[in-house]
Amino acid sequence: MRAPAVPDPAAGDVLLAVDNVSLAFGGVRALRDVSFDIHRGEIRAIIGPNGAGKTSMLNVVNGFYQPQQGRITFKGVTRAKMRPYEAARGGIARTFQNVALFKGMTALDNIMAGRTLKMRRSFFWQLLRYGPAMAEEVEHRRRVEDIIDFLQIPHIRKIPVGKLPYGLQKRVELGRALAMEPELLLLDEPMAGMNLEEKEDMSRFIIDVNNHFGTTIALIEHDMGVVMDLSNRIVVLDHGVKIADGTPLDVQGDQAVIDAYLGVAH
Amino acid sequence: MLGPVLETLIGGLLTGVLYSLVALGFVLIFKASGVFNFAQGVMVLFAALSLARLSEVMPFVLALALSALIMVALAYAIEFLVLRRLVNQEGIILFMATLGIAYFLDGFGQSVWGSDIYKIRLGLPQNPIFILESVFPGGLLIDPAELVAAVICAVMVAALAVFFQVTRVGRALRAVADDHQAAQSVGIPLNHIWLMVWAVSGIVALVAGMIWGAKLGVQFSLAQVALKALPVLILGGFTSIPGAIVGGLIIGAGEKLAEVLLAPVLVRWFDLAGGGIENWFAYVLALLFLLVRPQGLFGERIIERI
Repeated sequence: MRAPAVPDPAAGDVLLAVDNVSLAFGGVRALRDVSFDIHRGEIRAIIGPNGAGKTSMLNVVNGFYQPQQGRITFKGVTRAKMRPYEAARGGIARTFQNVALFKGMTALDNIMAGRTLKMRRSFFWQLLRYGPAMAEEVEHRRRVEDIIDFLQIPHIRKIPVGKLPYGLQKRVELGRALAMEPELLLLDEPMAGMNLEEKEDMSRFIIDVNNHFGTTIALIEHDMGVVMDLSNRIVVLDHGVKIADGTPLDVQGDQAVIDAYLGVAH
Repeated sequence: MLGPVLETLIGGLLTGVLYSLVALGFVLIFKASGVFNFAQGVMVLFAALSLARLSEVMPFVLALALSALIMVALAYAIEFLVLRRLVNQEGIILFMATLGIAYFLDGFGQSVWGSDIYKIRLGLPQNPIFILESVFPGGLLIDPAELVAAVICAVMVAALAVFFQVTRVGRALRAVADDHQAAQSVGIPLNHIWLMVWAVSGIVALVAGMIWGAKLGVQFSLAQVALKALPVLILGGFTSIPGAIVGGLIIGAGEKLAEVLLAPVLVRWFDLAGGGIENWFAYVLALLFLLVRPQGLFGERIIERI
């Protein structure tokens, strides 16, 4: 086990709270009355069998889906509705289950796109590539290069991401999210489809991001070994309902969780 | 022989600039949504109709400003009523939506402005100019109206190239075109971007409609002329502003030269009628390009990991 970043992040103040959220698509009830919270500085895992509603939950948090019921409180502000770019502005970044990169653009440009909101100069200064705007572009470029070094991908920075192998694409996507300097980072299956070595690398990056930058992380992952090692607390969803919530140890021994994963004899 | 060929070349290039301008309207929307905006031609017609009818009742400059406002309002309506509801849909869905917009706008234009042939009077000089009279007997004939039109287009094209080619705007457009979700997740406001490109495309359509309308009269064939932009785009690359410019010039000059140089060959050697080359030349050239270089002269390389 690693040493936690903050003495006890599980006891820290609440960064995000989800209260009684329900979401349905026609007759399909993706989320039913789900409540949980994420503390500042912790790594919070969301797990559950396929179709449990994990990705729907992330989509609600970052504004892609509007829940029919319930409230989301982020940094003390409660809201019923939020657009994705407002979530981004508020400091929520994310990666996607199936890698959503700008395929025709280079790794560098993809990560630069993550700086969009950090750029303050108006379009017109940017156009002229003059004075303050140019200095700003240079400054952003420097930050992006730091991220590229951190993720150990300097050799691929000029390659269009569509040409990269899957594991590296996942890393570029993480880089783009980090470029936003988020307060809350949502990772949707960051290790799906990776081999053992790539998983170890990715785990290390996640821990480093959490430790060094103090970034709060919400993580969906199927590899139980990874989840148990990384996370401070775990929410378990099954068929859109929360069935358990607690530390890795609590959740591992929970009968409802074991039943959900292994099935129950009828 | 050289004199007439040169004259044809110049005439072709001047027409080509007009093609470039129309093509530019397509490029802007393609850059920000990855789809061919089928409605662009009808937008040219609609803008020209607005300008022609409004200038009947008010000074030309006022009519032009009002038409520009109408095109921006149209962009608002399209974004609010159509595009906003289609976020995260496949490209083909967006394309079908532009098809619907095209037919709606076609009919709506008639309902509002009428369906006769209208005139736009730009007050351009009518008498042809002759240049280089010392080099060629009789000099080279140039239509001053085309020259003025070409200058207007060139200024417009240059302004847009600067506007969209640099840093953040360009990057945001490409991001939106590549992946709606990902673009939203890094905080690019999709709706604003779409609104901006449709509004600018509307203004481009207005300028194109004004010049073509002054040349041919404002009538329904105007929407068809705009489809000449398709081979221009295939040649230049759908996402490239310089591509639209160069593609337009090549097509404009190429089809005129083909008419003059190729027709006699067809008549003499193959005993064919030899006419109408101007109508198909651009499309055959585009077809050849699709076989050899599908991304066009300046387009982004098509990248797919299989």
